[in-house]
This record gives sequence, structure tokens and C-alpha cells, in this order.
Amino acid sequence: MDADNIIRLRKGYNILLDGEAAPKVEATKEVKTYALQPPNFPGMSPIPKLLVEEGQIVKAGDPLFFEKLHPDVQYVAPVSGEVIATRRGPKRAITEIVILADKQIQYRELEAFDYNNRSREDLVRFLLANGGWPHIRQRPFNVLASTDEVPANIFISTFDTAPLAPDLNHAVNGREKAFQTGLDVLGKLTSGKVYLGLNAAGAPSKAFTEAKNVELRWFKGKHPAGNVGVQIHHVEPISPQRRVWTLGVQDVITLGGMFSERRYNAERVVALTGSELNDPKYVRTYLGANLGELLGGNTKGENLRVISGDVLSGEKKDPAQFLNFYDDQITVAQEGNYYEMFGWLLPLKLRPSVSRTFPNFLLPGFRFRADTNTHGEKRAFVMTGQYEEVLPMDIFPQYLFKAILASDFEKMEGLGIYELVEEDVALCEFVCTSKQPLQEILRQGLDMMQEQS
Amino acid sequence: MKNPLINFFKRIEPDKKNSPFLHTVYEGFFTLAFTPDHVTSGKGVHIRDGMDLKRTMVMVVIALQLCYIFGTYNIGHQHFLALGEYQNWWQGIHLKIAYGLIQLLPIWVVTHVVGLGIEFYYSYKRGHGIEEGYLVTGALIPLIMPPDIPLWILTLAIVFAVIIGKEAFGGTGMNILNVALLARVFVFFAYPASISGDEVWISGLDKVDGRFIGAEYGWAHQFFDSIFKGVGWDTFGAGKQAVVDGFSGATPLALAYQGGWEKASAAYTASDMWWGLIPGSIGETSKPAIIIGALMLIGMGIASWRIMVSMVLGMSFMGLLLNWWGATPFMEVPWYYHFYMGSFLFAMAFMATDPVTAAGTQRGKWIYGFLIGAIGLIIRVLNPAYPEGWMLAILFMNVIAPLIDYIVLQGNMRRRARRAKVQA
Repeated sequence: MDADNIIRLRKGYNILLDGEAAPKVEATKEVKTYALQPPNFPGMSPIPKLLVEEGQIVKAGDPLFFEKLHPDVQYVAPVSGEVIATRRGPKRAITEIVILADKQIQYRELEAFDYNNRSREDLVRFLLANGGWPHIRQRPFNVLASTDEVPANIFISTFDTAPLAPDLNHAVNGREKAFQTGLDVLGKLTSGKVYLGLNAAGAPSKAFTEAKNVELRWFKGKHPAGNVGVQIHHVEPISPQRRVWTLGVQDVITLGGMFSERRYNAERVVALTGSELNDPKYVRTYLGANLGELLGGNTKGENLRVISGDVLSGEKKDPAQFLNFYDDQITVAQEGNYYEMFGWLLPLKLRPSVSRTFPNFLLPGFRFRADTNTHGEKRAFVMTGQYEEVLPMDIFPQYLFKAILASDFEKMEGLGIYELVEEDVALCEFVCTSKQPLQEILRQGLDMMQEQS
Repeated sequence: MKNPLINFFKRIEPDKKNSPFLHTVYEGFFTLAFTPDHVTSGKGVHIRDGMDLKRTMVMVVIALQLCYIFGTYNIGHQHFLALGEYQNWWQGIHLKIAYGLIQLLPIWVVTHVVGLGIEFYYSYKRGHGIEEGYLVTGALIPLIMPPDIPLWILTLAIVFAVIIGKEAFGGTGMNILNVALLARVFVFFAYPASISGDEVWISGLDKVDGRFIGAEYGWAHQFFDSIFKGVGWDTFGAGKQAVVDGFSGATPLALAYQGGWEKASAAYTASDMWWGLIPGSIGETSKPAIIIGALMLIGMGIASWRIMVSMVLGMSFMGLLLNWWGATPFMEVPWYYHFYMGSFLFAMAFMATDPVTAAGTQRGKWIYGFLIGAIGLIIRVLNPAYPEGWMLAILFMNVIAPLIDYIVLQGNMRRRARRAKVQA
């Protein structure tokens, strides 16, 4: 690490919460069902074409479904076993394809693919056919990567600064070879570079610091410094003409395993976190694991919210549901459906806040037990400069949100909507005094822009 | 629900369909007593910051309390000073505070009854909750009024400011002009004869045949008298005393306009001006009270320090420029003494920093504050019609603020467009 090469981000905020996962990874035998969830993929049509029936036996890596608009992109089974259910939501949309997993996972053997000597076209075809493609996401819009475009660059963030986020060193530990292979493969897919964002404040694994055929970029700062969107902004900002791809570390590992191990290995190290867990820890399981089975008897008390992902941009789930495709964290938090007498003036319970009207600055390092109460009602935008303080990007978020609400396309583009996805503005939403639903507003704007283009 | 108090309140909740207005009012008070049991929706963030608009607004009101306390005292102090009684600041404090309370309380009550009434009505009309913006507006308005303001003029001013200035634009967060200042500017322009000049800054004086005498004390004073008599303290008495010789009632600014710093400091010492023992609007005179309030707001991160600092810079810059020019005695007033006179600090701490009407971008705030400081001093020093400039300067810059933000945003958009062109 060269001290001059660190990109220092002054803005941001770390929300310290109770319930950080203990730094050990346990194998879990508890999880029996896994699911692939079509709604996890943005832009997916509600009823994709199913390739399996209930009762059918599949191997890990066998195609489960595809979307009619993109028939070449196969979505494959994360584990082997019996397809026990295809659950549907409103309007018969398929929400879950559930697999009862074998005790010992059987893998479909993939052809040996020599990515160094084959053409990019062949490589793309190989990834499409064998389930690698959905692991790649494209910005702007954070959608499925388009198959006929070469991305300007590919970005991977090797650390996550969100509240209670997993330490990705655990994920790569033991899978270093697959990770490096994944990076090599990605290098063949872009005309530009593969960038790896590293945490200058932590101690990244050697798999990250000594990765080959990539450009390393060091970042130092509070959340959202670990967000790949923020890192892209400081390396080579996105524009509509300049599409980039992003992947999570564990997605790179799965991708690499398709070449180095010749199988679609969707093993995932998942952090079970949150103040309402008896034993927050890391577990080794597979993509799309059942949340209730993962948590087992680990939760304490009642009236809890199970979140796939972190508390800022995760999704609220029922324990009978499954871990989302791109998530490697579960958070369990207390629901906050209580009245609090003069809670706005003289709160009795400690709560995380960036505001200095709370005595929180007297408790540096204190880990809060946060609940889901909104601590106030929704109001019009009043305060200014709040969002800027926690978003380390050259963007004026409040004016961007107002442009979205006014459907002012020119301004949205001008103010940089392409550079953002929901997780990047999640912290702005957290600090918002007026309790505005900023992630929802941003998605609305992104959808509008996508329709236009 | 375990709390019996909540059960009680829930039982008396008016029906939303049958009496929507009552329901709106009920909800306003209920959410004041209890933070609602709302949880995050599950889309977007799952936890929220403990800060909300109620807390933000109340912190500003708390920061204003020293100004209220000193203002109450100073109304009485100025009254007795004019009459030549209790000349020293520590004498007759109980009378001064009682006198101030009798003056200030009706103003405060009218401000809140009228303003909140309008606010409640519009919330009910729009069918959403009562917003907290008026908490601060209602706390500010009494402090920027002259102590003798007739209550009917005050009522008209508030009706005008709240309806035309705020509700017409869509309520809290949507207004372009500072609502409290709009009420003040209404008083100034609609009733110039009764509310400007030298006579209005000291309460309880009547003009008989061109000479001032003390006004008769009312029933409220007699009520206090009966208490004070009981404990053996001094009492108000009957009133109708003669004023001291040479009394003019002029504020330091009015004097400085006539004869520069010499004339102003001949009537009031610099230390009186600093501590606030001078005639003026109710809450604006005490500099330490305002500075403590301003530091509270900066410390809590509620008001923008950028605006405050740049306003001080703007005024200092313009003050130095006028010193250098020096064409009139007022221009020659040393620039730093401008902080001692008038309402600069109050305008800086509580008026210019209103986040809704100020510039919204950080860079814009520097420009906005600097220009208020510079323009306000120009109006104060160079305009004979009006000796104080901050009200007009801030309202003017309120109108200009969106333009400043527009320019800042254009810079950002141009930067982004240029980058896209280079990449393409």
C-alpha cells in the first residue's frame, strides 16, 4: 500500500450497531431448502419460462428458468436436490423456485474452458449457458449486464462498510484460487480494466492485496466508502455512454470456480448479524438459503424483523423466505411499533443519530440496539446540506431528488443520477430529518431514465 | 398497549370522517406528546436517525430562550429608564420583569393563536399532519417586533405572512420568503406612521402636546402591585410620570445616522449596546444572549455556520469599504461597532439561517451570507428612509437564493457533461 495512492473520503458516517458477527465461520447443516428468486433480478419479467417441474431432481448448475426477452441467459440451481415448490405472488408472478437440498451437493460437471485461448464471444456464451451471467450487474441502473456490449471497466469492492456488514476476508479465505481465476476471466470481458477496491483502514486478505491482472485502488473513509458506486465515482465516473460492470466478491468466486473447479459452486459465507441474535456469527452455506433455517433458534424475543442484507438497503423478509441472490448478510432487528412519550424531545432509549442534539458524541464506539421505529413523521424537505455530509461524491442529492419528483429528465442526468443506485443514497435516507423515502425516489427516477433510453 | 395514558388518549380521539378538523388538531397534539408507533416500510432503510423535524424546530426555540428572558427584562428596563426611575440595571428588577411580561405575553399569545390557527386550518384542508415550521416562526415573531406593537396590527401581519408567505406556496418547506420577516416587513410598510420613528422602541409612553409622559398603568400592573406590596417591594404606582429631560427614545442606529459613533456613544455606552440595555425590537438587543443561541445552533449542527461566518465577513468587508469612503458621519462609524448596534447578530443567527429560504448548496451558502452582510450594511448606512437593513437584505437574498443554487448546480452539471464528452 502506497500512502499517496489512498483515496481518502472525508464524508460519510458509520452507524455502529450491536450484534456484529463473531470472526469465525461455521459450517451449517441446518439449512435444508434453498431458492432462486426471479424478483431478485431487476428488470426480470414477472413470469419467466420455467425449465423444471415440481418433484424434478436437479444438480447444482442445472438451469431452472430463463426470461423470454433474454432466452440465452440461464439461471441455474445453486444446490442439488429436489424441486419442491414454485411459489407465486400476486398476478401469478413466480417468486421462488424452492429446492430441497441433498446432504451432499452434486454438481453438474462443466466443460473445461480455456479462457486464455478462446474468443470473448465463446466465453460469453459459456457464462450465459452455465449460470455465470446473472452474477454480473451493469451500471447505470444496476441491471443484468447486456450481452452485446463490452463494458468500459469492471469494478469489485472487496470490503463492505454498511452497518454490521460481513468482513469479506472470510469469504475469500480458502477460495483464493477461484477468486483469482474469476478476476482473470473478467479481464477477458472488458476492454478496460478490472478495478479492485481495498480498505486502507483494514487488513485485507492477501487474495485481495496480491491479486493479479487487476488495478488496486485503496480507499479510506466511513460508510459508504465500501460501496462500489462510490469507488467508481472516484476512479472513473459512469456516464450513459460509459457502462461498467460490478460484481460482489463471492460472485467472482463462483464465476472463477466455473473454470478452476469446473462446477457452478454457489457456496456463500453469510454473516448472521443484529442485536436480536444470541450468537451473531458467520456461516458457510449456499446462495438462496432459507432464512428461518439459517437463523435456527438463534433469535431472542419476539416482534422481530428479518432483513436479507443490511439495515440500510436490505429487504424485509419473512423467516420462511430466502436469502436474496446478491446478499451475504442477514440482519435481525427489533420492530419499533411502540409509542414513546415525548420521544422526540427527551428520548429514554439510546438511538443512533448523526445529530449532535443527542449525547451520542459522549459515547464513542458505543454499539446501539436500533429498532425500526421511524422516530418521527414524514415531512417536506426542510434541512439542507444533510445528505451532502454523508455522501462522498460530487453530487447534490437533494436537488437530484427534487428533479426526480419533478420528472425533470435533463436535470436528473445532469446531476448524476447514472452514478447512483439505491445503496449509495441509503445513508442519506437514514439521516433525513424529514423521513423521506429517498431510495424509493431514486429507483423511481432510474426507472424513468431507463424507459427513456 | 400497556400505557394507560395512551389508551386514554386513543379513547378520546375524534373520528376522522365526522370531524376532520378536530382530528387534525388532535393528531397534532398527540404526536407532540407521543412519538408515533410508525415503523419503516421495509422498502428502503430499516432504521432511522433519531432526529426529526419536531426536535430540530424545538432546538431552535430553545436557543431563543435567552433572548426571550433578556427581552422581557429590557422592555421594563427601557420603560423605567425613560421615566428616570431605577436607572441602574439591577434596580427594580421585579418591576421591570413584570412590566416586560405584561407587554410580551399578549404578543406571544396572539402570535401563536393566530399563526397556529391558520396552520391547523390548512393542515386540515390538505388532509395531512400539522407541520412544525410555525414553532420557530411563532417564537421569532415576538422577538422582532417593537414592544408597543398594537395587537391588531400584529394579527394582520401574521395572517398576511402565514397565508401569503407560506400556505399559498404549499406550507412548511415550500415558502420562498422567510415567514417571520414577512410579518415584520408587513408591519413596517403597511403601518409606517404608527410603527416607525423614534417613539415606538420604548413601551408605555404617551405623547401629550408633543411631550412624552408615562402611560397610565393598567389592571395587570395593579395585580402585580398587590403582590409586590404584600412582600414589601417597590410598586408600579399610578403612572403618568414625566420623562427625563432630554429623552428622545432614539435607538443607537438613529443617533449614529445623525452624528456618527460620537453621537450614538454619547447617549449609550458601548457596553450598554453590547449587553443590550438599549431600545430596540424585543429580542434583538442583547448580543451575548444571541451569540450563545448562535453557538448552540452551530454546536448542534442545526443552523449553517457557513451562512453566519460569511455574513460576518460580508458586513466587515462592506464596513471597511464604507470607512475608507467616509463621506458621512455614519460611514465613518468604525466597522466593528456595527456589530454593537441594531439587529445584525439576531438576523445572522436566526433569520438568514432558515434552511428553507436560504441557499441550499454549501457553496451557495457562502455567497448568500456574504451578500446579505454586504447589502444589509449598505441599506443601514446609505438609506436615510430606513436605519436598519437586515430585514430587507435577507428578504432580497431569499429571492436570489434559488438563482445562486442554480449557478452552483450548473457548475456541477457542466463538469459532468464535460467529463462525459472526454470519455465518449
